[in-house]
Amino acid sequence: MEDKLVDMRSAIAAYVQDGMTLAIEGFTAFICFAAAHEIIRQGRRGLTLARMTPDLVYDQMVAAGVAKKLIFSYLGNPGVGSLHCIRRAVEHSIPHELELEEYSHFGMVGRYIAGASQLPFYPLRSYSGTDLPRVNPAIRFIADPYEGTEIAVVPPLHPDVAILHAQRADRQGNTQAWGILGVQKEVAFASRKVIVVVEDVVDEEVIRADPNRTLIPGLVVDAVVHVPFGAHPSYVQGYYDRDNKMYQEWDDLSRDADRVQAWLQEWVYAVEDHQAYLDKLGASRLERLKPGSAPAHSIDYGVYR
Amino acid sequence: MSGYSASELMIVCAARALRGVRSVLVGVGLPNIACNLARRTVAPDLELVYESGVLGARPARLPLSIGDPTIISGARSVMPMPDLFQYLLQGGRIEVGLLGTAQIDRFGNLNTTVIGEYAAPDVRLPGSGGACEIALHARRTIIITRLSRRTFVEKLDFRTSPGHLELDGSRPPSGVARGGPGQVITDKALFTFDPESHEMCLQALYPGLTREEVCGHVAWPLKIADELSVVEPPGENELAIIREQLDSGGMYR
Repeated sequence: MEDKLVDMRSAIAAYVQDGMTLAIEGFTAFICFAAAHEIIRQGRRGLTLARMTPDLVYDQMVAAGVAKKLIFSYLGNPGVGSLHCIRRAVEHSIPHELELEEYSHFGMVGRYIAGASQLPFYPLRSYSGTDLPRVNPAIRFIADPYEGTEIAVVPPLHPDVAILHAQRADRQGNTQAWGILGVQKEVAFASRKVIVVVEDVVDEEVIRADPNRTLIPGLVVDAVVHVPFGAHPSYVQGYYDRDNKMYQEWDDLSRDADRVQAWLQEWVYAVEDHQAYLDKLGASRLERLKPGSAPAHSIDYGVYR
Repeated sequence: MSGYSASELMIVCAARALRGVRSVLVGVGLPNIACNLARRTVAPDLELVYESGVLGARPARLPLSIGDPTIISGARSVMPMPDLFQYLLQGGRIEVGLLGTAQIDRFGNLNTTVIGEYAAPDVRLPGSGGACEIALHARRTIIITRLSRRTFVEKLDFRTSPGHLELDGSRPPSGVARGGPGQVITDKALFTFDPESHEMCLQALYPGLTREEVCGHVAWPLKIADELSVVEPPGENELAIIREQLDSGGMYR
């Protein structure tokens, strides 16, 4: 079997090129900051960034000047407040203009489903009586061929590259995840290339012992990258908590464009890779993010000969 | 007002509005505390559903966001996002949706997208998230927001989530059995919607407030119920549950 394990620098260099459409997904959980920071370090430009909730990860990428456009459904710092860098780009064109293509959550979910299943559009009962179709011409209404009534449709989304974080995968990319699964599977199937980033690389037998837990089959995965704490400051269920202190500090420092550039210099450009970032954070801070234990009862798949 | 805060009374009013309800789609913060209070008082069978796909959460700490890992551990179910939007919401399984807003008009339409022009906004707000679909698919919605002229506006800058649509000729998507906004809960008064005209209507004042004061915070000539009442202050039991169990940090004190 093909060994897809590569390091982050090689994965980004090989798969993420200027001008591409990129999806680093993960709903509050599993947000791969390690990949985002590597993209910033490698100086990519003109990216279209798709994500339901841009979160700090795209706030930082926008501030670093890698993005020309966002495709999204909720622009907030979850549980904290605004995304000030994206707001600065939208309200004042700092560091430059940012094009927006905006949906509701269900619209984004539908775009990924249509993308994953090679459908020309996804019908959903939404958007009637809202201003969203007025500002986003991709949201349209068609006649239901059976009932004759009107239904909203959204187009498929096919990211050039998806970067998805999870607890574990084998070297072929069979990826297992638990916690908030969001649209991870749909994004993987919708995208042309898929990079999975995991906390643990495990033997194939670990995967085979619990096949229902495999969210993304290796069949659609191009590269596996092993980066413990790679989703920090977001979280990975059972491995580490969200670093809420960093989310709250970002709310304050990101109000000032100069302080953001200083932060990027210190925490992204001046560190060699994610391990150096973690070393800089310090072991005790990471230790404090580790949760207590709450294991599931094991189940029995049975042996059938 | 003595002995309790306006926020605590908001929590209590939102909880009371959930009497007998079995499924509610909820966010974090004040609405979350209201749902937890309802479950301990007027709605013992209430199932809290989070937009992140979590049902029957049993959080060991106050969740900071709807994606907080504390709502996963010990939950009854965690659904992928397509299941949540396709089957639970669009499938009509959610009885009540709780929504916040930056602007609301007299028919309960909501704006959480921009202040000013969309193309060149004065303030860029978060946008819809799931709010548009919650507004369309929950069998009814309860809007929770503080009362001010900046929020209660004559005309929205942007319509993110539909209220009572049919008034301007728009119709809800076909196949959607929704009641639309049922109640607006603020820190000064409660509002309902007239069953005929669907216009927002002042229903009850918080103790110590006058109708003139409330009308002064609303940008349009406000309809007032024939039988305007005064909100029952929080009971001892309600306050004890909030202060000892749900808001022990005193954020809403």
